[in-house]
Amino acid sequence: MKIVLNGEPREVRAQTLSDLLVECGISGRVATAVNEDFVPSGLRIAHTLADGDRIEVVAPMQGG
Amino acid sequence: MKTFYGTSLPNPLMLGTAQYPSPAILEQAFRDSGAGVATVSLRRESGAGQTFWQMVRELGVMVLPNTAGCHTVKEAVTTAHMAREVFDTKWIKLELIGHTDSLQPDVFQLVEAARVLTEDGFQVFPYTTDDLIVGERLLAAGCEVLMPWGAPIGSGRGLNNAYALRAMRAEFPDVPLVIDAGIGLPSHAAQAMELGYDAVLLNTAVARAGDPAAMAKAMMLAIEAGQLAHQADPIEARDMAEASTPVIGKAFLS
Repeated sequence: MKIVLNGEPREVRAQTLSDLLVECGISGRVATAVNEDFVPSGLRIAHTLADGDRIEVVAPMQGG
Repeated sequence: MKTFYGTSLPNPLMLGTAQYPSPAILEQAFRDSGAGVATVSLRRESGAGQTFWQMVRELGVMVLPNTAGCHTVKEAVTTAHMAREVFDTKWIKLELIGHTDSLQPDVFQLVEAARVLTEDGFQVFPYTTDDLIVGERLLAAGCEVLMPWGAPIGSGRGLNNAYALRAMRAEFPDVPLVIDAGIGLPSHAAQAMELGYDAVLLNTAVARAGDPAAMAKAMMLAIEAGQLAHQADPIEARDMAEASTPVIGKAFLS
């Protein structure tokens, strides 16, 4: 399935959001959004991905 | 000192974590100044975030995540939800940028986003202008803190409109008010506290100084001096001189 992860097109096998994080080697303290909507960490396992989904994964960063 | 959504700050300095020459210098700036609140943000996962988060946790400070760079209510609200999960806090420094050059907040969207987030259980710290009516609307939307700008973010111009900021202090005597953005020098921070503001939030003035840790400490000293001066009830300025040495008893020598 083709998705866009943090702005980059990707071909992935994962069917759910939690599987996608595992497949892409993302762990630790992150938050997720799919198609501009927040997906809480507890709902990632049940969140099925669709072709063309835009996924954002963010982590803590310096800020003012 | 007023509380921020029921939380007392150890001191009135909120310090940003961006733009330091190195993580070690950032850490030193916090340790030397004793700042009790660190502002942080969220960016696309690149691997560096986890180390940064570990360092902030070890500082033992309170964390205030921002929605920097957001231009719409939707974007800011989604970012706030992500921040609440990642940083495990209801606090959110709500930034809704309206103008590219001045980074002036879009106050119309700001009020709307503040309302949505308050209903969602957030404790909103809105980065706003010194407009009193906007301040009223933000309070009506559920905000219990206001953070007017001193000057545009990163400009270091100090309190551009001290008159308006003084008026804001007088208009909202019981609301915790924070000068957020525009501070360049310790004297600016002292002025904010002399006006009766409850805290100062700054980043660039410290992070981009030649010696950030020393500047952070200077800011804290200035903030403490300004706060003490405000509590000491300063005199009013006057146009004419008034001799401070008593005239009575002066020897007649001419």
